Amino acid sequence: MASSAPSEPRMAPLSGWESRFVEASESGVVELGERPFLAHVNLRLDPSNLSARARVRETLGVELPLSPNTVSDGAGHAALWLAPDEWLLVGPTGSEGEIVGSLQGALAPYHHSVLDITANRTTLELVGSRAREVLATGCGLDLHPRVFGPGRCAQTLYAKTQLVVWQIDDVPTFRLLVRPSFAPYLAEFLCDAMLEW
Amino acid sequence: MLLISCPWCGERDEVEFHYGGESHIAYPDDPEAITDDAWGEFLFVRNNPSGEFRERWLHTHGCRRWFNLLRDTSTHEIVRSYRMGESADQSSGAERESD
Ligand SMILES: [Zn+2]
Repeated sequence: MASSAPSEPRMAPLSGWESRFVEASESGVVELGERPFLAHVNLRLDPSNLSARARVRETLGVELPLSPNTVSDGAGHAALWLAPDEWLLVGPTGSEGEIVGSLQGALAPYHHSVLDITANRTTLELVGSRAREVLATGCGLDLHPRVFGPGRCAQTLYAKTQLVVWQIDDVPTFRLLVRPSFAPYLAEFLCDAMLEW
Repeated sequence: MLLISCPWCGERDEVEFHYGGESHIAYPDDPEAITDDAWGEFLFVRNNPSGEFRERWLHTHGCRRWFNLLRDTSTHEIVRSYRMGESADQSSGAERESD
C-alpha cells in the first residue's frame, strides 16, 4: 500500500561517515563503505519440508541452502543459512514488502515464519586484496580461502560485536551485517585496523 | 581459550558459546508421583567428575543451537560434540581428527 510508505527519507546508520571511509580506504588494497537499506527478511521453516522449500524456490528464484554457513544466489536474491531451520533472505533495496507478501502467500499451507527485519542490520562492505587481513584483526573465524570463500557466511564476533560475515566474491569482498547501534563502533574499529595497510 | 566444535558450524572460539551444565538429565515421567527428595535430585544434583563429562553448550553468537559436548574436565580435552537427540556413542557428531 503506497499510503503506508514512510514520508521522510530513511537515514542510514552510518550517514556522515563517507569522508572517514574515503580517508581510511586505499584503492585496490582495502576499501570500506556502507550499503544500507538492502532488503532483509528472516525465514523459518522445517528444512525437511520439500514442498515448502520448492515454494520458496518458485517464488524468489533462490534455493534455500541446507549446508551450514553457506549462501545461495538466484534472481537477485541471496539466501544465507543462519540455523538448520532459519535463513536470512537479502534482496534489492525496497523489495522487502514484496518478498514478505509473496512468501506469506506461497507458504500459507505450511508451518513457517516470515519477518521483515530490514531495519535490524545495516551492511558494511570491506573490499580489496587486504580485506581478509583487516577482518582477521578482530575476528576469530578461520578466514583462509580454503575454508572461507565466496558463498560462505557465518554469524560470529568481530571485536566483541555480533556480525554476519558474508563473502560475496574472490576480490575478496566481505559484507558485514551489523546492528545499527553497533555500526559506528564497528566502523571505528575497522577504520583503525585499516591504517596498517 | 577452548576451540569448541559446534555440530552445525564447526570450530569456533569459546567466547561464542554459553555453558549449560550436565546433559542427558531426563525429565521425570510422572513428576507428581515422585518424592520431594527425588524431585530435588532431578532439579539440583549433578555429577562433578574429574575426567570425561557430557555437558550442554549453546552456540550463542552463531547458529543459536544447543548441543552436547563430551569434555574432559581435568585436561579440557574435547572428545566429541554431537547434536541434541544423538547419543555420545554415535559418531555422527563433529569428531576431532587428531588424538
Ligand atoms: Zn553453531
